[in-house]
Amino acid sequence: MKNRNIIELRNVTLSFDGEKILDSLDLSVRDGEFVTFLGRSGCGKTTTLRIIAGFLTPDEGDVFFDGVRINDVPPYKRSVNTIFQRYALFPHLNVYENVAFGLRVSKTPKNEIDPKVREMLRLVNLEGYEKRKVTNLSGGQQQRVAIARALVNRPKVLLLDEPLSALDAKLRKDMQVELRRIQRETGITFIFVTHDQEEALSMSDTVVVMENGKIQQIGTPVDIYNEPKNAFVADFIGESNIIDGVMNRDDTVTFAGHTFTCVDEGFEKDEPVDVVIRPEDVDIVPSKEGMVKGKITQATFKGDYYELIVDVKGFKWMVQTTDAYREGQTIGIALEPDSIHVMHKSEFSGLYGDYSTFSDEMDEDPEAEDE
Amino acid sequence: MNKKRKFSLGSALLNAPYFAWAALFIIIPLAVVLFYAFSDGEGHFTFSNILSLKDYGGVILRSLLYSVVATAITFLIAYPFSYVVCRMRPASQKIANMFVTLPMWINLLIKTYCLSALMDGNGLINQALVAIGFGKLPLMNNTGAVIFGMVYNYLPYMILPIYNVMSKIEPSLLEAASDLGCGALSRIRRVIFPLTVPGIVSGIIMVFVPSVSTFYISAKMGGTGDFMIGDLIEGQIHSQNNNLPVAAALSAVLMAIILVSMLILNRFTENDEGGSVLI
Repeated sequence: MKNRNIIELRNVTLSFDGEKILDSLDLSVRDGEFVTFLGRSGCGKTTTLRIIAGFLTPDEGDVFFDGVRINDVPPYKRSVNTIFQRYALFPHLNVYENVAFGLRVSKTPKNEIDPKVREMLRLVNLEGYEKRKVTNLSGGQQQRVAIARALVNRPKVLLLDEPLSALDAKLRKDMQVELRRIQRETGITFIFVTHDQEEALSMSDTVVVMENGKIQQIGTPVDIYNEPKNAFVADFIGESNIIDGVMNRDDTVTFAGHTFTCVDEGFEKDEPVDVVIRPEDVDIVPSKEGMVKGKITQATFKGDYYELIVDVKGFKWMVQTTDAYREGQTIGIALEPDSIHVMHKSEFSGLYGDYSTFSDEMDEDPEAEDE
Repeated sequence: MNKKRKFSLGSALLNAPYFAWAALFIIIPLAVVLFYAFSDGEGHFTFSNILSLKDYGGVILRSLLYSVVATAITFLIAYPFSYVVCRMRPASQKIANMFVTLPMWINLLIKTYCLSALMDGNGLINQALVAIGFGKLPLMNNTGAVIFGMVYNYLPYMILPIYNVMSKIEPSLLEAASDLGCGALSRIRRVIFPLTVPGIVSGIIMVFVPSVSTFYISAKMGGTGDFMIGDLIEGQIHSQNNNLPVAAALSAVLMAIILVSMLILNRFTENDEGGSVLI
């Protein structure tokens, strides 16, 4: 029964001090899925997770678990376990007792606890650490204890609240692979919260992009990247040039002073649209042969590619190429029909996708913390 | 720290006032007490003072018993109180804390005096009871009154350390406990209580130590059979006795009792970081 919905949120709304944190959220999570809530700090992703865990009750709307409404079920009665952002390990218990905690609470017979705890410690590669104090473990080891402590209870759903944000880059990558492996081995539904789009794309079956307390898009990582629904998603996931355009008719769009052939259909005649061009999809050609022309205002060597900022009629495009170009050069730009992605206008139109004020510093996430 | 600390003139100078203070007001007075405890009036070494204490065995035991009871009662009041306060909004917590500390601004003797004015045979409470036709209650001059007086006076010293430790427990630990299946009670038993042990131990020490050496409260509020070591010491120094050697011997025994109690209590926090409080 892998296609049954294990968690369903219907019309879930929540406000704090008159401010809407979640705005009529609808969401289904299938059993056995790896789902990621992706969004910036304050978008409502952690709040959604806490509603599923039972730490928050929605003002309006319903939460269903396996088809049963659980709005009023307290956290300790839900077959859901959480991995907290800072692990929240019990400092008065050693590694073994932390992992055994849930089993002891549920009055599991003593002779069953030991094999279960040891199996979990094996799953997270912490054999031999049983007697260690959790306060003396490294971040990665504490992370593993937290995973074992949650999974030993065999929850139907595991909630992970930015569990990797406190780890350094190398350990993060390892833990991403590790978490994916554990999810496959156990078949437990994982709901993972992160602000890191790369993490979301590389780990998940399904990505839920959130902003302003609303779901902006739900889809597979490939869908989300290739077919963003609006300017927010296009900008948040990867780099995007988002350009004002007009959809003349099916498969034909005009922007940057040129009419392009594309593969998008279902728009009204002459509908104003947002056009997304990914930096790696731009073909650079000699300026005479280009569909549009632009002048390179900035060229940055990035190791395996060059990142160019190109001024096309006053709008700055980001272009990635493996060939070397100089600042000040004029180049031609050509676009394949399937490199062009057309979106309806949205509340986010005009907010994102222009690289005129771009700098690498702004690209880095200033806060790994959340809400 | 395995490194041997190097002697430096600077740190010696910095520490000097502390050592001078400790010598003048702690070590020398203690030495004087011990000297008197083990000497007769002419300064000769003797065990007779200590041996004479066997007559006071009952008082010593009573002091121990009363202070254990008073400490237990303050704990039973302070722990739930701290738990409730910790769950209040921060603004309310501040107000609750103020009410806890407020009585500490008032001198113990004055508080005890006021208590006896309230609880006396013809005190305000009994007057009120008579007025509503209830009849007088024997509120004063009994063991219950002594224990009540001790609990009333020492309660803040139990609440504050417990509240301090409890309020610093990370909320995420409590959420983790709920998440792992704990209801409210099992959360207290499995997480909150073990994490507040250092506060409980401090609280017990801070209440037990003054309790066991209580005087005045027992003299003022207790009956004829309720006087404690503190009263006994006071009696030996004051009045016609002026029996310093026996008073010193009693004090030495009292210190020994306190020292042993604290050593026992510290066992409970030995393995916790930042646990061992006092001593």
